Amino acid sequence: MRAFRYHRPADVADAVAVLAAEPRAAYLGGGTNLVDLMKLGVQRPEVLVDVVRLPLDTVEELPDGGLRIGATVRNSDLAAHPVVRRDYPVLARALLAAASGQLRNMATTGGNLLQRTRCVYFQDTTKACNKREPGSGCAALHGQNRDLAVLDWSEQCVATHPSDLAVALAALDTVVQVHDTDGPRDVPIADLYRSPGTHPERETTLARGTLITAVRLPPLPAARRSTYLKVRDRASFAFAAGSVAAVLDLDGDVVRDVRLAYGAVAHRPWRAYRAEQELRGRPFSPELAARAADAELAEARPLRHNGFKLPLTRAITVRALSELASA
Amino acid sequence: MSTDAVGRAYPRLEGREKVTGTARYAVEYPVDGVTYGWAVPSTVVRGRITRIDTTQALASSGVLAVLHHGNAPRLVPGPDLDLRLLQEPSVHFRGQFVAVVVATSLEAAREGARLVRIDYDAGPHSTVLTDDHPGLYKPDHVNPSYPTDTAEGDFDAGYAAAPVRMDATYRTPAYHNNPMEPHATTAQWRDGQLLVHDSTQGGSPVRATLAELFALPPESVRVITEHVGGGFGAKGFAKASVVLAALAARHVDRPVKLALTRQQLFGPVAYRTPTIQRVRLAADADGRLTAICHDAISQTSTTREFAEQTAVYTRSMYAAPHRRTTHRLVRLDVPTPAWMRAPGECPGSYALESALDELAIAVGIDPVELRIRNDTAVDPDLGRPFTSRNLVACLREGARRFGWAGRDPTPRARRDGRWLIGTGVAGSSYPARARPSSATATARPDGSFLVRINATDIGTGARTAVWQVAADALGVPPERVEIRIGDTDLPTASLAGGSMGTASWSWAVIRAAGALRGKLREGVPPDVEVTAEADTADEVGGQPTRPRYAYGAQFVEVRVDADTGEVRLNRMLGVFAAGRVVNPTTARSQLIGGMTMGLSMALHEEGLLDERYGDWVNHDLATYHITGCADVESIEAYWLDERDDELNPAGVKGIGEIGIVGAAAAVANAVHHATGVRIRDLPIRLDKLIGLSALA
Repeated sequence: MRAFRYHRPADVADAVAVLAAEPRAAYLGGGTNLVDLMKLGVQRPEVLVDVVRLPLDTVEELPDGGLRIGATVRNSDLAAHPVVRRDYPVLARALLAAASGQLRNMATTGGNLLQRTRCVYFQDTTKACNKREPGSGCAALHGQNRDLAVLDWSEQCVATHPSDLAVALAALDTVVQVHDTDGPRDVPIADLYRSPGTHPERETTLARGTLITAVRLPPLPAARRSTYLKVRDRASFAFAAGSVAAVLDLDGDVVRDVRLAYGAVAHRPWRAYRAEQELRGRPFSPELAARAADAELAEARPLRHNGFKLPLTRAITVRALSELASA
Repeated sequence: MSTDAVGRAYPRLEGREKVTGTARYAVEYPVDGVTYGWAVPSTVVRGRITRIDTTQALASSGVLAVLHHGNAPRLVPGPDLDLRLLQEPSVHFRGQFVAVVVATSLEAAREGARLVRIDYDAGPHSTVLTDDHPGLYKPDHVNPSYPTDTAEGDFDAGYAAAPVRMDATYRTPAYHNNPMEPHATTAQWRDGQLLVHDSTQGGSPVRATLAELFALPPESVRVITEHVGGGFGAKGFAKASVVLAALAARHVDRPVKLALTRQQLFGPVAYRTPTIQRVRLAADADGRLTAICHDAISQTSTTREFAEQTAVYTRSMYAAPHRRTTHRLVRLDVPTPAWMRAPGECPGSYALESALDELAIAVGIDPVELRIRNDTAVDPDLGRPFTSRNLVACLREGARRFGWAGRDPTPRARRDGRWLIGTGVAGSSYPARARPSSATATARPDGSFLVRINATDIGTGARTAVWQVAADALGVPPERVEIRIGDTDLPTASLAGGSMGTASWSWAVIRAAGALRGKLREGVPPDVEVTAEADTADEVGGQPTRPRYAYGAQFVEVRVDADTGEVRLNRMLGVFAAGRVVNPTTARSQLIGGMTMGLSMALHEEGLLDERYGDWVNHDLATYHITGCADVESIEAYWLDERDDELNPAGVKGIGEIGIVGAAAAVANAVHHATGVRIRDLPIRLDKLIGLSALA
C-alpha cells in the first residue's frame, strides 16, 4: 500500500519548515477535500502536516473595526459568529449556502480558500487534465462543461473555483495573512488567485509551502447591508450554478459604494469591478443593475453547455442588489 | 383462529441491529485470513488487451496476486459475457472489469490496482443513443418476456381521422441506481464448496448462476444475504462483483472481500437505459381516446441484450380502439443496461402521462377528468377484465386530499412573488405478480414456531411483513413466531424484485403454515417438533391468466423561480390501490421512497456521457445529483382499502415500484402548469427554464 506520514506541527514555523523540507508534503485542514482527492489518486502527498490544532482558531475584533479570522476556524463556527452575522451578513450567508452541516463542521477557513476545483475531469485520473497533470490536455474544454467557466478561461483549463466563502471574501477586499519561510506577510485576496492561463496547475500566487494563518476583513460599515445569493440545481448540498456576493451603500437612491463578486464563472472568485464602476454614482434601479452585469459579462465566452450562466448571473445580480436597495 | 398481525405497524424486526450498527452486511463478516480484492476497470471503450504488466503491482507491499484473462480460473463458457469475466482479452465497454488485485488490506489492493499497466488495441466506438442510429433493430421480445410490438385496430387511420391529435417526443437520460451498500461480496472456498456473503436481491438466483459458471452442483454453493443495503434493481441477479470475488478467492486460495467503489456503480453493474419515446394520441372532442401509439427506443450493449419494456405501460393503462406500441434497440459499446426500479413502467409512464397532460390542454378538459373518462374495466391488451382496477378511486381521493377542485388550468396563472406556482397530476400502475417459492413452518414443543424461507430483505421491511403474514397464517401472536431468511440453506424462494417479493414469499409461507396446522390437527406428541413444507410452483404456475395491477394517482405542486429557473417541490401526494397493506410503516416508506426517486428523475438525475471516453463523467454522488431531504418539503402517501381475492393468498399487490411510476410526469406537468414551458427531455433543470420572466 501507499503509506504516508502524519505530522502534527508544534507551531506555524514548524509547519512551514516541514513543507520546505519535504517536497511532497501537504497541509491537512478539515480534510473534506484533500482526503477525497487522496482516495481518488488525484493528490498523493507523502507527508500530511495537520494544521488544525495550531492556535489559529479564533475570531478577533480589530481596533480599526475590522475582523481577523483564524485559518482553522471552522466554517460552521464562523457562520454562527455574532459579529460576522451582524457586520458581514454576506459572509455568514455564503458559508451557510455551502456544503452540508457535517462538512461545515469540519471545513476550515484556510482550507476552504484552497480547495480544488470540482471539475469532473480533474477528479478522474483516467482523463486528460492540465491542472492535475500538466501537458495532458483539457478534456473539459470540449467535454461535459455545464458547470465550468464562462470568463477568463484558457485553452488549457476551463475549471471554476468551487468556494462560496472565497466569493464573499473577494467582495469584502479581504487581506489573507500567510506565513512562509521568510515569515508572515499579507496578500490582498485580489492577488491570491491566478487565472488559468498556460499553467492551470498553479492556482494561487502563493509559493509552495506557504500557510494561510488568517484572513482579515477590513472595516466596512456598508457591509451590514450585504448578501450572498446562490443558485443551485437542488436545494440539498450542491455547488453553485451561479452565485453573487453583494454589498450596497446608497446615498438616497444614488449608489455611493458597491462591492460585487461572482462565483461559478471563473477559475477564481470573480470580483466584478466593471459592474461596480457602472453602478457607482448613479441612481439605483434594477435596470442599472442589469446593465452593470452585462458590462461585467461582456467578455464572457460560454462553453458548449454553460451559456445559461450569463442570464443566471445577470438575474441574481439584479435580485441581490434590488433586495439590498429596498432593505 | 386468526390473529390480526397483518395491517399493524410493527417496527422492523432487525431495526435495533441496524441502528446500533451490529447488523452485518456482505463484507462486514469477520473472516480468518481474509484478503481484499480491488476490481480494475478498462480505460478504453472497445478493443483488446495486448499486454498486462503486473510487475509493479506485485512488487507493491501487501499485494498477493493480480488476476486477469491470462491467469484467472476458467469459467464454463456461455453466452453471458457480462459475467464471464477475466476469460478473454476483449473489451466491450469502458469500465469493464479486466483485472482484480488481491492484497492483504483494502488500501494495498487499491494501490496495487493503480500500478497494473494495461496496453490496449482500441477500436472506434459508438456510445450515444440517437433515434436515427443505423444500428436500430427490433428485438425478439422486451424485458422480461413481453412481445416487442403490439397493434390493435388501425392506428394510422384512427389517428388521421380524429378531431384532436397530440404528437410529441420525450427523452430520458441514463439513470444510475445507487444503493447505499455497493455491490459487495465475501467469497470463501472450502473443499470445493463455495460460500459467499453477497449483496444481492436474490440469493437463490445467485447460487444458480455461480453453480453454472463454476461447474458446481447447486448444493455446493451457499449464498448468505442476511442484510442487504438497498438494491433498486441494480442487484437483481448475479453481478460482476460476486463472480470476481469467487474467482479471486479460488485463485489465491484464501477468503476474499470485494466491494465495488461508488464510481464503479455507474455502468458496469446496472443502470437504466436512456430512452427516446414518441407518443401520439388522438381523441374525440370529449377527450375519449380513439388512437394511441407509443414508439420507444433504448440501448443495449454488445455483450448481452436487455430491452427495456418502455411502452408496455401504454398497452394496458388506457383504452382506445386503435392502438400500437413498438420497441427498437441499438447495440452500443456501453455496459448492459439493467433493471432499475420499475423498468419499463417508470420511463414509459413519464412519456404517456405527460402526453395525456398535453392532450388535456389540447382538448380543454381537466387532466384528472380526462383520465377518468378513459378508464377501462377490461385490459385493452389482454382483452380480459382486470381483477381489480381502482385508478379512478385513486384519482378522486387524491384530488380531494390535494385540493385539486377549482384549479385554474391556465399556465402561469398563479404567482407568489418571484415564484410561479403550478400543479400536476399523473396516473400510475404496476403489475401485481408472483413467482414460485418454497417455505417450511415448524411447530416447536415450547409453543413457538419457526418459518424458514430464502427471502431477501433489501431494506424494504420484507422480513417483518412476511413474519406478520406467517403469524396470521399460523393463527398465533407474532411474538411466538421466528422467521429466518437470507440464506440458500433455507427453502428456495423468489428474488426481491418486480414488486413480487411479499406476494411470492407470503404465498409459500401461508401454504406451509396451512400444512403445518393440518398436521397439528391430526395430533402430535407434546415433545416433538413438527415441520411442514410447501412449494407454490404448481399453484402459481396454474393461476389463471388475468390482468392484475396496482394503481395510483400522483399529485404535485411545484414553484419555479421566474428569474433563475430553479424548480422546487412544494408538495407531493400519492394515493395508491395496492391490495392489502401488510405493514403501514414500511409500506409508507416504500411509497414515498418511490415517489422521491421519481422526483429525483424529474429534476435532478442525469448520467452525463462523454462520448470520447464512452463513460459517464459524473460518476459519484457529489456530481450525479439525487434528491435530498431539503428537496422534499412535503410528501404524503395514502392507500385505499382494497380487497382482491384473485391475486394470491395474502391479497397483496406489491408496493416497491408503483411509487415511482407517474411521479416524474406529475412533476413535469406541474412545471408546465407553473411556467407554460413543456420540458420533454429530463431532467427539468434551471438552464432549460431560465429567463421566464422575460416572457411575461
